[in-house]
Amino acid sequence: MTAVSAGRAGAGGGADRDRRFVDLDRVTLTYAATGRPAAEEGTPAALAETSLRIAKGEFVAVVGPSGCGKSSLLKLVSGLMAPSSGSVIVDDREVAGPLKIVGMAFQNPTLLPWRSTLDNVLLPLEIVQPFRGRWQKGKGEFAERARALLAKVGLAGFEDRHPWELSGGMQQRASLCRALIHEPDLLMLDEPFGALDAFTREELWDVLQSLWLERPFTVILVTHDLREAAYLADTIYVMSRRPGRILLRRDNPLPRPRDQESCYQPEFTALVHELRDHIRRVRAA
Amino acid sequence: MARKFPVGRLLPAIATIGLFLVWELAVRGLHVPDYILPTPSASVAAGWTFRAALGMHALQTLLTTLAGFVIAVLFGVMLGSLVGSSRTIYAAANPILIGFNSVPKVAVVPVLVMWFGIGTLPAILTAFLISFFPIVVNVATGLATLEPELRDVLRSLGASRLDVLRKVGFPRALPFFFASLKVAVTLAFVGSVMSETVASNKGMGYLMMSAGSRFNMPLVFAGLLVIAAMGVAMYGIFSVIERRSTRWATRGAPGL
Repeated sequence: MTAVSAGRAGAGGGADRDRRFVDLDRVTLTYAATGRPAAEEGTPAALAETSLRIAKGEFVAVVGPSGCGKSSLLKLVSGLMAPSSGSVIVDDREVAGPLKIVGMAFQNPTLLPWRSTLDNVLLPLEIVQPFRGRWQKGKGEFAERARALLAKVGLAGFEDRHPWELSGGMQQRASLCRALIHEPDLLMLDEPFGALDAFTREELWDVLQSLWLERPFTVILVTHDLREAAYLADTIYVMSRRPGRILLRRDNPLPRPRDQESCYQPEFTALVHELRDHIRRVRAA
Repeated sequence: MARKFPVGRLLPAIATIGLFLVWELAVRGLHVPDYILPTPSASVAAGWTFRAALGMHALQTLLTTLAGFVIAVLFGVMLGSLVGSSRTIYAAANPILIGFNSVPKVAVVPVLVMWFGIGTLPAILTAFLISFFPIVVNVATGLATLEPELRDVLRSLGASRLDVLRKVGFPRALPFFFASLKVAVTLAFVGSVMSETVASNKGMGYLMMSAGSRFNMPLVFAGLLVIAAMGVAMYGIFSVIERRSTRWATRGAPGL
């Protein structure tokens, strides 16, 4: 914990480290194949008795074998699903419906093909308050903001292109911008770099890290890439097989900002090895 | 590419002329009598002879068809939006819609005549009844296909049902909608001509019916050619509108 705090302090964040922001208390989620929560006995649980605490501005990664309920965890925290039992508290309030302080990005960039890249990034501002109320007046200002954000992720000059004119990595950059344009407090990432080639993926790690260092929002990153977890996260959770539960919590000792060199540090390698051992054991069990 | 382009544009004309040539030569070569199958040249000649009547009836059919088509578009978009935006309504309405579409519309014309008398109104209604179904189905399909991830993104932004429809549903349904217009407008011609054939004293259906009863087959075929030409023209107009407004759906490539 101290090592992480020191790392963040150097990057300018860390003030809210001890405030808990997301609190899952013995959360169980059961649902039938249809995706609807099901109360009936014998339905396999997606999550079982999962407890998790995330501080404000913390970067958390959740790793585990596929189908272990990692994505369900994101849906619970963002209020898209209600737990079957237990409680989900975000920002001192019990989550009852979809939260509006959340940005999301998935493996599939889900950009709207009829909108330009710029208009895709602006979409949240057309929907979420208070931007929505100021949309007519603030349009120019919002567009400037979107352009600035796109420039930060390396998409300057591509604002007027359509998503199908962009490469997969560029689409994912735009998707990240869309998730962040309304300055959400909570960023949910569900294997966002899973479909990209290794070089693009590592480039995007740096993009994400620099965005986060600039304005520390709370991140929950679901991934099956252990190096990605070790590169990006402050804290890494390992989940068991279905029904998912948290098996292990690891603080990441690596200082920030991390770069390609960090991947060759003994701490990094040791961390990845340890995580891998756990995953192997989980899969064998 | 640049060299091939004009050839591609001429292809439809070449194919059409080729078809007429084969038709002309076959009828002449096999000595088919005029009252069985006239040559295209005889049909065109007959059309020219009766051009005043042909023009009047063609205009009548065109306006009737467009009136029925416009009603079909309005009704189809409303019903399609309703059916496409709610799973419950979709489940409830689907069998009724399919059942309705399976009823041959020619069997409905006598009912319409009983209600509204002989004339333009039953023809408009038949054009409407026969052409709204593809619009409903396509609009509903376009609206109903929303990726689950995108739905999560929008819901987590606090988007209302109407927001989702406006921002994603309708734009996404647009290519489906235009595709259905091309089909619907040609179907609308089928409906109006059918109704005019059974019960009217105006329009292409009536003209061909009366020409047929006088064994004036060249005029009947002139009528068929005019209807086909109007159908192709309407299809072409809606193709252009479609291509202009939904360029994203074909990724910028020229569509069909």
